[in-house]
Amino acid sequence: MTPQSTFMITGAVRDGQLKSLRDLLATMNKAPGQVDPDNGLVPFGRFDRLHVARFVIIEATTANEIKEFGVTPRPWPPTLAFLGDFDGDRETFLAELVELAGSGLEKIFSFCVGFPDANSNTLLQWLQTHNIEPKANYINWIGRTVKQVHEEAALHKSLSAYLQEIADEVGRENTRALRQKLLSYVEMEKQAGRLTLTPPEPSPCGWKIQNLVHKIGVPLILLLFSPFFILIAPFFALRLRMLERSDPELFIRPTAEHIKALSAQEDWFVSNQYSVFGDAKPGLFRLLTFKFILLLTDYAARHIYNHGFLARIKTIHFARWVFMDDDHRVFFASNYDGSHESYMDDFINKVGWGLNLTFGNAVGYPSTRWLIKEGAGREQVFKYTQRRHQIPTEVWYKAYPDFTAYELSRNARIRQGVEIRQDTDEEIHEWLSLI
Amino acid sequence: MTNSSDLNFDDLQALLRCSHKNLKDTCFLLLNIIDADAAKQWLNSAPVSNAVLTDPPPNTALQIAFSVDGLRALGLKETVIDSFSDEFIFGMSGDESRSRRLGDVGANAPEYWDWGGDAAQVPHMLLLLYAEKGGIKAWRETVQGKQFLKAFKLLRELPTLDIGDIEPFGFIDGISQPRIDWARQQSTDSHERNRYSNLLAAGEIVLGYRNEYGQYTARPLIDPKQDLVAAVLPDAEDQPNQKDFGRNGSYLVLRQLDQDVPGFWQFIDKASGSMAEKREQLAAAMVGRQRNGAPLLPPASEKIPGIPDDDQRNRFNFDPDPGGNRCPVGAHIRRANPRTGDLPPGITSWFTWLIRFLGFGGKPDEDLVASSRFHRILRRGRGYGPVLPPEEAIKPDAPAAERGLQFICLVANISRQFEFVQNAWVMNTKFDGVQQERDPLLGHRKPLISGEVTDQFNRPDPAGPKHITCHLPQFVTVRGGGYFFMPGLRALKYLATLPAKGSEISS
Ligand code: HEM
Repeated sequence: MTPQSTFMITGAVRDGQLKSLRDLLATMNKAPGQVDPDNGLVPFGRFDRLHVARFVIIEATTANEIKEFGVTPRPWPPTLAFLGDFDGDRETFLAELVELAGSGLEKIFSFCVGFPDANSNTLLQWLQTHNIEPKANYINWIGRTVKQVHEEAALHKSLSAYLQEIADEVGRENTRALRQKLLSYVEMEKQAGRLTLTPPEPSPCGWKIQNLVHKIGVPLILLLFSPFFILIAPFFALRLRMLERSDPELFIRPTAEHIKALSAQEDWFVSNQYSVFGDAKPGLFRLLTFKFILLLTDYAARHIYNHGFLARIKTIHFARWVFMDDDHRVFFASNYDGSHESYMDDFINKVGWGLNLTFGNAVGYPSTRWLIKEGAGREQVFKYTQRRHQIPTEVWYKAYPDFTAYELSRNARIRQGVEIRQDTDEEIHEWLSLI
Repeated sequence: MTNSSDLNFDDLQALLRCSHKNLKDTCFLLLNIIDADAAKQWLNSAPVSNAVLTDPPPNTALQIAFSVDGLRALGLKETVIDSFSDEFIFGMSGDESRSRRLGDVGANAPEYWDWGGDAAQVPHMLLLLYAEKGGIKAWRETVQGKQFLKAFKLLRELPTLDIGDIEPFGFIDGISQPRIDWARQQSTDSHERNRYSNLLAAGEIVLGYRNEYGQYTARPLIDPKQDLVAAVLPDAEDQPNQKDFGRNGSYLVLRQLDQDVPGFWQFIDKASGSMAEKREQLAAAMVGRQRNGAPLLPPASEKIPGIPDDDQRNRFNFDPDPGGNRCPVGAHIRRANPRTGDLPPGITSWFTWLIRFLGFGGKPDEDLVASSRFHRILRRGRGYGPVLPPEEAIKPDAPAAERGLQFICLVANISRQFEFVQNAWVMNTKFDGVQQERDPLLGHRKPLISGEVTDQFNRPDPAGPKHITCHLPQFVTVRGGGYFFMPGLRALKYLATLPAKGSEISS
């Protein structure tokens, strides 16, 4: 299995350069929201390990909201972030970036303060030193590679066409014969080089060990500290409820122009991007809670929700939570299927509790009770808040723009049926119905 | 004095409570306000129908709704208008991103509409007149009165030739509607709403009441200290020191949908080898009901709240048919209302609840669709055009004519209800895991950006591979549309007494 990795290269934009940077990034799109995969700056389509990527200029448009907490906003320069998710390890991927998009990236990052800087005289070094690790990271299906996605999509397409061709001739009820024909067809197509089903690579040893250590280590450490947690629990609860009751709630409607700019980038493909940025609530209590929750989120994403669903959500391909500005600010980015409104529906109705856990610690979020209750369930406040904190994404790429996460897992099941024979008629029928 | 939380049916427009089914003749007028004072005078005495039920029911009815420009033309303050939803303020055709979401692209694009396509010239007002057979002319004269032509300019009279209970393709329409929980019997707490219910919180359709989240949808509130005229308005239930301009009002979505009846039946006839029985089967599969309204599923074994036990045509949900063997997943009624609860079926104990709540224990094909209760609409549309039965429509010389549906729905939240249903369910090529199809009746057939086609219709077969019907043409084309606000009667009075522009009454 090939594990996935992330990168997020950031740099503050030079004074007065924001507009020209925006214009430059816009040249990577055919139209707003519609990336050109063969654009001259970063030809995303040529990276066969890259799932999703985006350029976003992170601006603190909601910086003043923290004043409600009696805190002066910290300065924040507009910051360019280039982030993505890909197969394999980061070292080799960054090298590939430099090789295939070196000059484009240099052009882009030259808008950033300190590029090139004295310590990193090559682009590669700069990328390495300006990378930020997420605090929590979600991958819809750990181990599913871009190559696999494409191969399995081709398999599905070819099988479904062939099945329609033969269904009446073989007889629709004759499921075993149909399967036999389909299987031989796949063999033929493979021989002819029209279909490939590359077997998965063995998992890298280092990753396996690391993953195992993480899988066992985190619960062990938590267990070790559990007497301490039990001891502080009452104090935690008390303080939590105090804050939940007193934290200011902001009911500010996002401006129409803001919504318009965001929605102009949406719904060109079956999937969409989402980038939000805001302040963590002030104080050590909130910061530690936030970090602890994200630690658990990351753990769950790595070891529990790593095969097609994040709690009840099946529409997220990749998502990450990143702390910035010395842990004062939080950036969240996700890639989801469907429209923004349906994403919000999922957020509120399916995983509101999970959202509350994390974003309840961020400024502007609707008040929660006991960390998981209310919050997102306060529909209008929530919808205003999340849109207000959303920032436009200048360029967004997804290697398989027309496939939902559900389809990717369905295609994988179809392939599984090609490789492992079903025994019962019922299983065969189920397999046929997927095609 | 009634308690402010009691429903005042005399303040609701009747359309919220009934569809005037007995009133066969209709006349839908799009108007512009040319003289605000005259318009207010007319409004003040307009015989608007309220929702108090009478026996016998009245033999005429009048309902009134305004676009945002209409409210402006009457002099409603910008500060009040600002509190309406974005969708209403910017209109159905006002934003390309919205058109893309609604599927108003290609032949559906606003630029080709007969009316409402130019966001700068949206009709101010919509009048819906209803009368018994033969009575519409007289009713229209009564309603219009003397002031009418001074006050309004008639922009368009929408086609409304009565075709009875069916819509132009020949299916009985108006069978399934949410039942409004006026009495607030049902809890909106998600812990009690695992399963599908047809009872719907009043606040989902009418502004000023609690919605399915137990909250009040944002709407214009007016401080009566700042605005003396506002005294006529009802109090805001959640903020008693404010007057609620939205209360007892509702957003009205109107879309004129042209239906190519010969095109529909000729395509289906060809796809089913000109066999009458197969033709009916395919058409029924597309709609999700037989032409006579019978559902494709047997009645549910359990009770469904909000559906009477003996209502054979509505007492079903899709839980027993997850794969769509009986009613295809892509069928119109299954897309438009998937009849889902807050959680997938199969919850028997708190333990299974927890498991499902955390996302475990389901099959990969389950739980792909949102819970229905947040996305219901109250349909009040009317079909129009000369009746053309399928047997006639399949003939190559079937007479072409203007046929279609004046689709009307009432909602409290346009984006979460109408737009969501239209976008995430009806037009979505990935709805509930379907492949390469949009709504068989309503969809435009534009391929996806990668070229993947969307013009199929799939019917799963319990015995073997699914049946695919390919190359569906577009059967329904949008000809016009707009978002309107249908105020409560006291809000209408408020509008009628607004000071003329420029002069302000305040304390
Ligand atoms: C010309 C266009 C349309 C035609 C011919 C049409 C036809 C039908 C028919 C025959 C039914 C079954 C009768 C019933 O259950 O009441 C139905 C139901 C329904 N339609 Fe449409 N319809 C059209 C447009 C729309 C649009 C634009 C929407 C919303 C976006 C919509 C939403 C619904 C809903 C919500 C139901 C009820 C589903 C249920 O609760 O089971 N329809 N339609």
